[in-house]
Amino acid sequence: MDSFLIYALIGGLGVAAIAGPLGAFVVWRRMAYFGDTLAHSALLGVALGFLLEINLNLAIIACCVGLSLLLVSLQRQHLIATDTLLGIMAHSALSLGLVAVALLEIRLDLMAYLFGDLLAIGPQQLLWIYGGGALVLLLLYKLWQPLLAITINEELAKVEGVKVGRIRLSLMLLIAMVIAIAMKIVGLLLITSLLIIPAATARRVASSPEQMAIGAAVCGCLAVTGGLLLSWYGDTPAGPSVVVIALLLFIASYLLPLRQPA
Amino acid sequence: MSHSHEPLATLSNINLQFGSTQVLQQVTVEFHRGCITTLIGPNGAGKTTLVRVLLGLQQPTSGVVWQQPGLRIGYMPQKLQIDKTFPLTVKRFLETSQCRDKSKMRSALSDVGAQNLWKQSIHDLSGGEMQRVMLARALLRDPELLVLDEPVQGVDINGQLELYSLIERIRDQRGCGVVMISHDLHLVMAATDHVVCINQHVCCSGHPEHVTNDPAFMELFGPRGAEQLAIYNHQHNHRHNVHGDIVTSHNCEHH
Repeated sequence: MDSFLIYALIGGLGVAAIAGPLGAFVVWRRMAYFGDTLAHSALLGVALGFLLEINLNLAIIACCVGLSLLLVSLQRQHLIATDTLLGIMAHSALSLGLVAVALLEIRLDLMAYLFGDLLAIGPQQLLWIYGGGALVLLLLYKLWQPLLAITINEELAKVEGVKVGRIRLSLMLLIAMVIAIAMKIVGLLLITSLLIIPAATARRVASSPEQMAIGAAVCGCLAVTGGLLLSWYGDTPAGPSVVVIALLLFIASYLLPLRQPA
Repeated sequence: MSHSHEPLATLSNINLQFGSTQVLQQVTVEFHRGCITTLIGPNGAGKTTLVRVLLGLQQPTSGVVWQQPGLRIGYMPQKLQIDKTFPLTVKRFLETSQCRDKSKMRSALSDVGAQNLWKQSIHDLSGGEMQRVMLARALLRDPELLVLDEPVQGVDINGQLELYSLIERIRDQRGCGVVMISHDLHLVMAATDHVVCINQHVCCSGHPEHVTNDPAFMELFGPRGAEQLAIYNHQHNHRHNVHGDIVTSHNCEHH
């Protein structure tokens, strides 16, 4: 097997393992469109990174966090329905990113950013995936209980002494980090699928939040492995292949007769 | 059983304005240990908002919120909207409170008559079962003040009576104060010591029988509502618990 394929596999598995548990929160809290909006702003982050000459991953995280803060403050104004707001922001952020990239005359492989370039992962990216991923999982582990509490009911959690604002912000930050890390794998247009599809698949067999989080990570890893095989033997684009396999797993999980989970 | 009626929390001259809408106007209410206070009023009268002010979830435009220092509050929100995709058993639900003590969780569940629900999925519970589980969660905090937002919502009449007598029993056993919101008239009146009738401002307040004869109450609920209550009061000068035994009346006088 070629080394680039091994790198792709190791990188992909790392991303799937992080995206799974966070994806569970995205599903539970109905944040799919929110995640999509953040992902769309990633290209703007790339342009910003080039402009300010800072690390691109950091620039993407900063851009996603900035956007989520803006979103929260706009939501508070109740000027416009949240889904409309998200729609405006998602596509504007992507367009702004594309325009900025063109104006700044940045040479980049646009397709790689939009749809991912799994096979181009090198040791440098692996370091980012596993370093950043370990940080994300550690934070998730630390914040697990309060995150579950605010997912059940934010006001109840607040009365019970949870610092709701801080926990909610942390979740946004974690999602922003995962987007920055995962962009290399499936691209900004497909990141949300890696968050949502494995989690939704795992729901079929999970009877506790922990089972669903771990199940989502496992489903994601299966999708990455299967997607890479498909890409290798079928000469298909790697990112979309991963998503297609994830979809097949999802469909299979709903076709198989299973006991009713909790 | 005697209760000391020391005040646990006080709202004084609370005003709240959302934009140009006056939601609460000069509301003053006291909540006492060992006393069941019911906030009653039509839809949109500001009952839930008042409770949110009490809990510190909503900042009033003006007025003073006082709580006894270190007051432990058990809160039961009106409705939990837990997404179906969230796999959650009753046990796991209770574990997400700040409580870590399993035996305490089990005893809180049996206190509300829901010990058999321990392993059930939260999504399979009936309305009454869900209310009991939420009540159990509120009890985990050893509350001195229980705040219940429409505790009998989505429960049939028999279940409502059972829940109200359960709340009374909890008050009797624990000596805690209870604040509840209700907009049903007759059932709640039997299970309460003190009624505060709210429609943006406090229309009238006092002992249930006193309140039902108040002209302001008549005006708010109409003669029909008041009449229903009068009939109910006439027929029932005692209360029943879950097993049908007569429960001696408990009076809370703090005026």
